[in-house]
Formats: sequence, structure tokens, C-alpha cells
Amino acid sequence: MIEFIATVLGATLRISTPILLSGLGETLIERAGILNLGIEGTMLLAAFNGFVVAQTTGSLFAGLAAAMLTGVVLGLLMGFLTVTLGLNQHVSGLGITLLASGLALFSFRLLYGGASTPPSLPESFRVIPILSGTPLGPVLSQYGLTYLALLLVPVLSLAITRTTFGLRLRAVGENPEAADMAGINVYRMRYLALIIGGALIGLGGAFLSLAQLGAFTHGIISGRGWVAIAIVIFGNWQPVKVLAGALLFGGLQALQLRLQAEGVPLPYEALLALPYILTIIALAIAGRNASYPAALLKPYRREG
Amino acid sequence: MLGFRLERSPAPLWVRSLIPLIAVAITFLIVSVLILIAGAHPGEAFYELLINPLTRPTARAEILVKATPLLLTGVAVAFAFAGGYYNIGAEGQLYAGAVAAAWAGTQLHEQPALVAIPVMLVCGFAAGMLWALPPAILRIRLGVDEVVTTLLLNSVMLFFVSALLNGPWRDPISNWPQSPTIAASAQFPQLFARTRIHLGFLVAVLALLAFWWIFTRTRFGLELRAAGLGREAARFMGVRVGRVVLIAALISGGIAGLAGVSEVAGTHYHLIDALSPGYGYTAIIIATLGATTAPGVLMATLFLALVDIGILSASRQLNIPVYLGDIIQACLLLVALATLLLNRYSLRRSQP
Amino acid sequence: MPVLEMQGITKRFGPLLANDQIDLTVEPNEIHALLGENGAGKTTLMKILYGLYQPDAGSILIDNRPVRFRSPASAIAHGIGYVSQHFSLVPTLTVAENIVLGYEGRSLLQRREMEQIVHETAQRFGFNNIPPDALVRDLSVGQQQRVEILKALYRDCRVLILDEPTAVLTPQDAANLFETLLDLRARHLSVIMITHKLEEVMAISQQVTVLRHGRVVGRRRTSETNPTDLANLMVGRSTAAVTRKANHQASTASALNVRDLWLQDRRGVALLRGVSLTVNQGEIVGVAGVAGNGQSELVGVLSGMIAPDRGTVEVRGNALKLGDPRAFNRARVGRIPEDRLKGVVSDLTVAQNLALEQMEDFSRAGHVDYKRIEQHAERLIREFQIKARPGDRARTLSGGNIQKIILARALARDPVVVIAAQPTRGLDIGATEYVHQKLLEQKERGAGVLLVSEDLDELLMLSDRIVVMFKGEITGRLDATTATPETIGLLMAGGQQDRQANAISAQPLSGRDHAGLPT
Repeated sequence: MIEFIATVLGATLRISTPILLSGLGETLIERAGILNLGIEGTMLLAAFNGFVVAQTTGSLFAGLAAAMLTGVVLGLLMGFLTVTLGLNQHVSGLGITLLASGLALFSFRLLYGGASTPPSLPESFRVIPILSGTPLGPVLSQYGLTYLALLLVPVLSLAITRTTFGLRLRAVGENPEAADMAGINVYRMRYLALIIGGALIGLGGAFLSLAQLGAFTHGIISGRGWVAIAIVIFGNWQPVKVLAGALLFGGLQALQLRLQAEGVPLPYEALLALPYILTIIALAIAGRNASYPAALLKPYRREG
Repeated sequence: MLGFRLERSPAPLWVRSLIPLIAVAITFLIVSVLILIAGAHPGEAFYELLINPLTRPTARAEILVKATPLLLTGVAVAFAFAGGYYNIGAEGQLYAGAVAAAWAGTQLHEQPALVAIPVMLVCGFAAGMLWALPPAILRIRLGVDEVVTTLLLNSVMLFFVSALLNGPWRDPISNWPQSPTIAASAQFPQLFARTRIHLGFLVAVLALLAFWWIFTRTRFGLELRAAGLGREAARFMGVRVGRVVLIAALISGGIAGLAGVSEVAGTHYHLIDALSPGYGYTAIIIATLGATTAPGVLMATLFLALVDIGILSASRQLNIPVYLGDIIQACLLLVALATLLLNRYSLRRSQP
Repeated sequence: MPVLEMQGITKRFGPLLANDQIDLTVEPNEIHALLGENGAGKTTLMKILYGLYQPDAGSILIDNRPVRFRSPASAIAHGIGYVSQHFSLVPTLTVAENIVLGYEGRSLLQRREMEQIVHETAQRFGFNNIPPDALVRDLSVGQQQRVEILKALYRDCRVLILDEPTAVLTPQDAANLFETLLDLRARHLSVIMITHKLEEVMAISQQVTVLRHGRVVGRRRTSETNPTDLANLMVGRSTAAVTRKANHQASTASALNVRDLWLQDRRGVALLRGVSLTVNQGEIVGVAGVAGNGQSELVGVLSGMIAPDRGTVEVRGNALKLGDPRAFNRARVGRIPEDRLKGVVSDLTVAQNLALEQMEDFSRAGHVDYKRIEQHAERLIREFQIKARPGDRARTLSGGNIQKIILARALARDPVVVIAAQPTRGLDIGATEYVHQKLLEQKERGAGVLLVSEDLDELLMLSDRIVVMFKGEITGRLDATTATPETIGLLMAGGQQDRQANAISAQPLSGRDHAGLPT
């Protein structure tokens, strides 16, 4: 039993990592007033670029950098469309997802042809063994990126509430007119959020191709970006609660995998769908009082 | 001092009338780069993409087959968008309709086509509406943003379909995750001999005509536009905004459901989890490119369907990955959105 | 040496010339009034000074050195502070956070220290009663204004711009504000105050610049001018003394009967507290009050936009379903909303906007007769002299013409009751007179008109009776022929009416200081 719990907990942390990283990135972006539906495609292209660079250079860290850079570039594109041009955020975001996914799969086909077995890295990130051999081993032995993601939770939490950056971020997301009048460059803050958030989203994608799988496949992201969107809302735009959302999702998924492996007859899809349904229920309960950043989805433009 | 600045006044009419062409031209410029990277000649590639399919009768027919679900989902999304309701859930609603069709289609073995087909259409429409209902209610009663809820329900529907196909509906003979084949009488008849164009295309055209008629001729259409363009003002003038938007959201879901019926009954004859390669999302592109008008939706659908078929021949002839089609669609969407700004802003040389 | 000079400032918005070659000079230790009607270009000019708009031509000099402000940040750096009409505060942040926002001084926030600094700044300028740790959304309007001023002072501003600062204040709060401004002047600050109220100009300023239609039409030393002179400059001709036709021939049959309206907002704050009033047929009843005392909510209820918690509304004796604009439509209540942009869908055509209120008349079995909609529009366009074609989108029209569309729609069906909220706000003199004439016509016709306005002169000129609202209650009912601006002003400030003597005591209704200002 203990072993069962320990392996499920360990898997929970592992499965939570990519959506936590991306969810934290999305949190920053939404706090600045932008709903980035480009997240799903960004994760896929970042996972792919990270994989390709790691494979060609032989350096996993170069792969990570490439993945983050991918996120930054797509964040800048989102910024150009929605911040500079003031276009509709939903449609721009979905367009970016489609574009990035298309680019990833297009390049994948060009580089690797129609190979039936997915290409994999000779060496991917390894788990750091901690207390292995003890019952806690399966829980604590995780990838470095998992620990990084966990570390980012308090860091971003403090950054949002206790730093100048966070104060300006909140101001821009709540009332951009007021922020502008106070001398803050609204556009720059929104771009900054998209850059940092984009890099985190990229890391989320890279975790899958460089650590967890060590390979790239078409379905490597398969909706994890949408999950990240859900946990940001579920987490009320607060990093700590976003972590809770990520763990809930990861936990259900881990449990599902484990039960399936043990052959327990259950409609596993129900467990997988649960976080989405919970998010919708949470939104319904919060209703109009949901603490959306007040300027979410609203482009800002001075009239003159 | 010479510089340019954006001014809040429409660009000259001749510029605005060229917007679609400008958008296509910029898109093709971007895509040319990718074609070169893929080792093909852009001229040849564009020939395969845009001209070749039009020269062959079979390809022309395939364009209309492809256009069928796109037109239905496109009309569905345009309906909602016009009322200011951002239904991102057409994909899920399509599958809801498909599930209903796959179920009804297997219950109708005794019935003639004249009964079976209408029953399936009604079931699919109802299922799409049902799946569209919770987000619409949440938005109208509680003010919950529909973008996120409709998007999340897409994933929930996919899990539901997967549960069905891996559970009760798994084909007992082949053990494939696909539902039993629907009754022969429930299968859509072909409209033209030796093509795959089926009754669904007619349904789609009727949906488009209904959309056009409602928008340009009916009180509901005018009130829906008013609600979409200015909620508060519409309410002030006596439009029952909540009701109008709810109806639009439900019709939107219903029409998306019809797309699911059409795919099950017209092409596959059973439910599979890869029934739609993302028609519900492409529909958002169509509704946006078509500026939520019926002629616009038709043009956008036909163009995207042409690209979808053309990329197959470009892929065969020139070895360009088919994913270029997605890239073209995405680029076109983003570029068109940006160039549509010319309707509202113009670049003016600033005075010294 | 002037602290600030603006020279030849020109700014165009599309076809509209908002500022035309404007010169403005502000001396040190000066309260400079920028006077003009709504739409004269005052706010545009100040937004240029604050870097929010870029001028098409002209230059700005600070201490005789030319400067160029590309954003508020550069204006702030040169000592400009701006308190806009609708405050620019972030409601979910604290007072201290709002004040230091953008000028935090370090990258890590020390909440305690931040609040201490804000507290000290407040003390230095004699601003009491501003808790640095309170959320801005919990403050009164008067307090929010002080936070805005403090924000500018924290940034070491030397020229403080105030845009219509008294529009949201009671006369008492306004008096306190003026004391603050005089005090700031004594501390060598210059103040530019945008206003259209002559008495404010006379009371507090040393210099006046008058704008009309985007141009400077006069500069005066306040000590060498008088209200009549300024009024003439402002409107461009001699204004006749306010006269009213004393033809109070209202019947005693009521057109509108409002009984005991109560309304709370989501946080439980009472917005309407037992409002009752009657408007007779052939009568104009004016509603006076400082903005934010329940007039907007009253108009909302009487337009069908807001359902009150309690109370009834009857039109010619028939109770209406509340919170349903269609019920008011059907009962022939002509409605002119406070914010005219909430009265038209700007991306629909003029004809569609004119028709949407009476679609029963233009559709059969759900099918719209667009030809009749167009004919209807053509008729109203002629009748109300709207400068537009039926097929034009409403957004392409000027404010005055949009107001005429709303007026035409409200009056087209011979209304039984007219609810007119701020019907002339932002209109030029010609359009204003047109609206007045139309409202008087409705009264002659026998309609009951409820006129809600912040313009006392307008109320006194048009109304037969005037009611005054304060904190969601009607605190005074006056006969317009005998009422004076002074008596109404006292009631607006919370004074109480002595029914017997029709006299007014200056005691505020509640002991609590309305805006939390130091007294």
C-alpha cells in the first residue's frame, strides 16, 4: 500500500510538472490582462525545438534554451498581435496555437520523414535520486525541472505580491488606464509578462521532450496547454493555488494510470475529465465574483 | 520630421476593398519561405495547392466533401460570434452530434431513409444544443466567460467519446475503438454519381442559406446583431439580450452537431475518435475571415477546403508535408485579422 | 518667468479639430482656470500636456526649455501631475500601492516602509484621513480624489492639473478642495483647473483662459473680469439672463407615479432609499443633486434598466414591470439615457437604431420590413434635423447628432412620460437649445417630463417643480418659480428642508463627513 501511494505521489509530481510550468507562465500573462490561448501550440513547438537542438548539439541545456526562446518568440508574436495591434485575444491565441503546431509538425516531417518509431534522444534528463531505497524514494526522486517548477511557485508568488514588477503587473492587468496615467508603460509590461510567461510555457513543453519522454511525438502535448488554462482559473490566478490545481490534475492522471496498470475496471476517462469539470464548476460557483484580472481580454490603446 | 502614425479613421475605400487580396498575398509570401525550406519551388507548390485541384473533377468534388463539415461548423461559429458569444466549443458540439448520430443510426435499422435520416439530424442537432447549453447558461445567468468553458468542454467531450469507444461501443469483432456501423437506411445518399459528395453538403448549404436569411431579413437577426455589437444599448432599446444570445448559442451548438451527424452518416458510417481533425477550430478561422456574414463564410470555407485538398496533391507531387495546410490557414487568419484593422485605422504620414 | 508655456498646440481627431493653435501660459504660484463648455477642447489640451496625446503641431516649454512628452512618464518627470475626471486608480490595490505605483524606488516592496512614506507625505501636505493600507475601492469619492492629488504630490509635481474636480463633490467637499488648492499654491505649486463653472473660476483662480470650439477666445486676470464677461466668452455671444415661461398649466392627472424605490448595490450600500415622486401630465419635474447621489440609479430604474429591490412605478395608473426596458417602451416612456453611447449601437445604422425600440411596428411574423425602417428614419431625420443618412453607421456621427437620434426615438411615438437624463451634456449651445425646445414641446403636448441634470440653470429654466436628491433620498421638493440656486445648493449638500417655512437649514443630514475630508 505504501509503495502504491509513493509511486502515485511520485508520478503525480512528474505529471504535474509541465502543466505547472506552463500554468505559472500563463498566470503571469493573464495577470497582465492577456488570455494566451497560444499556450497549447507554444508548448508543442517548444518541445520540438528543444528536442531538435538537444539532438543536434548534444546539449540538453541548449535544448532547454531553445525551448524557452521558442516560448519567448511566440510570446512576442502574441504581444504584437494583441498588445501592439490590439486584436481579439481569443482568435489571435488560437491562431498562434494552430501556427505553432503546424510549424512543429511540418518541421518534424521534414527532418524525420515518416519514421514510424519516434526519434528519441540518446540521453535525456535523468531523475535525481533522493533517498532512493526508502519509501520516500519514489516520491522525492524527480527531475531537476520538477524541483525548479516547485521552487518557482513561492518565487512567483512573492514576485507578484512583493515586488515592484508584481505591483506594476497587477496594475496593468486590473486597470491599464490608471497604470498608464501613473507613468507605467503598459505595452512594455504586457510584453514583459509575455516574454517571461512564454519562456515558462516553453520550459513546460521541453520537460516532456527532454526529460519525461526523451523523445518527440505528435501527441506529446495532447491538451496539456488547455489544462494549464484550466488550472490558472481554478487557481484563481495565484501561483500557490495554481500548484494545487496542477497537483490535482497530476494526481488524478497518476491514479488513473496506476489503476489501469493494475487492471482495475474503471472508466478512466471520467477521472481524466474531472479536472476540467471541476474548473467549470469552480467558475460557476465564483460566477461574477470570480477574481479575473479586470482588464483580461481588453486591448489597451490611447486614443491620441 | 517624417513619420507615420495610426489614425482612427478608415483607410481609403480602394485599400479596404483589397483587404482579402492583401491578406492572401502576405500569407503566400510567408509561406513561400517554408516551401523553399521544404525544397520545393513556390510557384509549383502554389499551382498544386490552388490550381491543380480545380482542374480535376474528382478533386473538385473532394473540395465540396471537405467543405461540408467546415461550412456547417463555420456557420455555427459565425452565428454565435455575431451575437458576441465566443463559442470556441464547436469541436465538442460536433462530437456530441456525432455521438447522437452513431447511436440513433444503429437504432434505425427497421426505418426507411425518409424517417431515419431526419431522426438522426434532429438527434444530432439536439445533442449539439445540449452540449452548448451549460456554457451558455453560465454566461447569461452568472456572467462566466464562455471562451474558457466551451474550450474545456471540448476536452471533456473527447474523453467521453474515448470512453464510449473503449467501453460499450468498442467494435466487438475487430476490437477497434470504433462504434458499430449505422443502418444502411441512415447513411446519407450520394448527391452525384461517382463522387463522395453526400446529403450533408445539401444540409450545409441549407444551413448557410438559413443563416443568411435570419441575419438579413428577420427581427431575430437584427436583434442578435444589436446584442453582439452593443449589449447595453441593445437592452436599452428593448432587445431581450440574454434570450437572444442564448438562442444563438444553442443554434450554434445545434448546427455544429449537424456537422457531426454529417461526418458520421455521410463519410465514416461509424464514430471514431479521429472523426474531426479540428473542424471546430478551423471554423473559428472561417467565421473570423468571413466577418460573420454568410457570403464571407462561404468564401472562406471554399478557400480553406481548397487548401486542404490542394496540400494533399502538393504533398504527393512535391513532397511538402501536409501540415503546411495548417500553417497557411493560421497565417491567413493572423494576417487577415491584422489587415482588417485597415477598416478602422489608416496609416497617415504625420505632419512635420 | 512662466513655469509652463504651451504654444500653438493643434490636435486633430479625424475630421474634428479638437485644439486649434492654442497658447497657454502658467505662472508660478498661480491657480489657472481653463474654462469652456463641454467639448471645447480643455481635456484634450491637458492630455497633450500630460503626454497622453501627441499634438499634431505646437510646442511645450517648461522653465523656458522646450520639452516633448511621449508618455505620462516624461510629463511626470518634468513635474506635471494630472487628476483626471474619472480617477485613475487601481481599485484592487491599496492607497499606498496606488500612490507609489510606477515610482516605487526599489524593486522589492516593503509594505510597512511604503505605507510610512505615504503617511508622511500625506502629513506634510495636511491630508488627514487617508489610511495608506486601505483598498482604494473601499474609499469614498472625496477620499479617492485626495489619493489622486497625493499621488501627484508624491511624484514632486510642480504643475497640478485637475479635470472638473468638483463634478463629483458636494459643495462642502468642494470648499475643502479649494482650501487644499490654496494651500498648495502657498507651497509654490501651480494649478491648472479645468471647469465650466463660472463661480469656481471667480472663487479661486488668478488667471483664466477661455476655450471655445478648440480655440482660445479670451484670457483674463480673474480680478479684472466678471461672470457675465466670462459667460459671453464661453458661449460666444451675450447670454440672456435665464428666463422661463411661467406657464405652469400642469393638470393634476399624474403621468408618472414613483413610489418608495429602494436599491442596494452588491456590497449592501444603499443607493436609493425610499424615493417617491409624481410627475403630472404637462409638467416638467427637475431632479437636482451632486453626481453620485442616486440620480443615475433612479434613471436606471425609470428606464427599465435596473430592477429595484422594492417599490413601484406607475404610468397613468398602470404599474410597470420593473427591470424590463420593454415594459417601459410599451407604456410609451420615452427615455434619454445618461450616457448616450449606451443608447445606440454604434456599429448599426441610424435607421436600425431608430427602429429597434419598436420592432413590433416594423416586422411581421419575425420578418423585418427594411423599407419601412428606412422611410421611418428619413422622416425622423427631417423632423429632428439630424445630419446623417439612414444607412450611416451611428459611430460616424457627432455627439450632438447621436443625441438627436436618441431624442427622435424617445419622442417619435408621442410619449406619455419622458425620462431625460443629462440630455444636453456635452452639446453646443445650438443643440442644447434644440433639446430644450423639444422637451418644452412635449410638456405642452401633455407629456410628463422628468429632467435629471447637473446643470442648475437648465433645471431652473425648464422645470415646473424641482426635487433634490442626496444620498439616495429626495431631501427637498421646491417650486421652480421660487427656488434659487442657493436654496437648491444647500439641499444638494445635505441641508434639510423645513416643510412649514420652506426654509432650509444648513445642517448636514448625517453627522458623518460625507467624503471623509478633514473639517
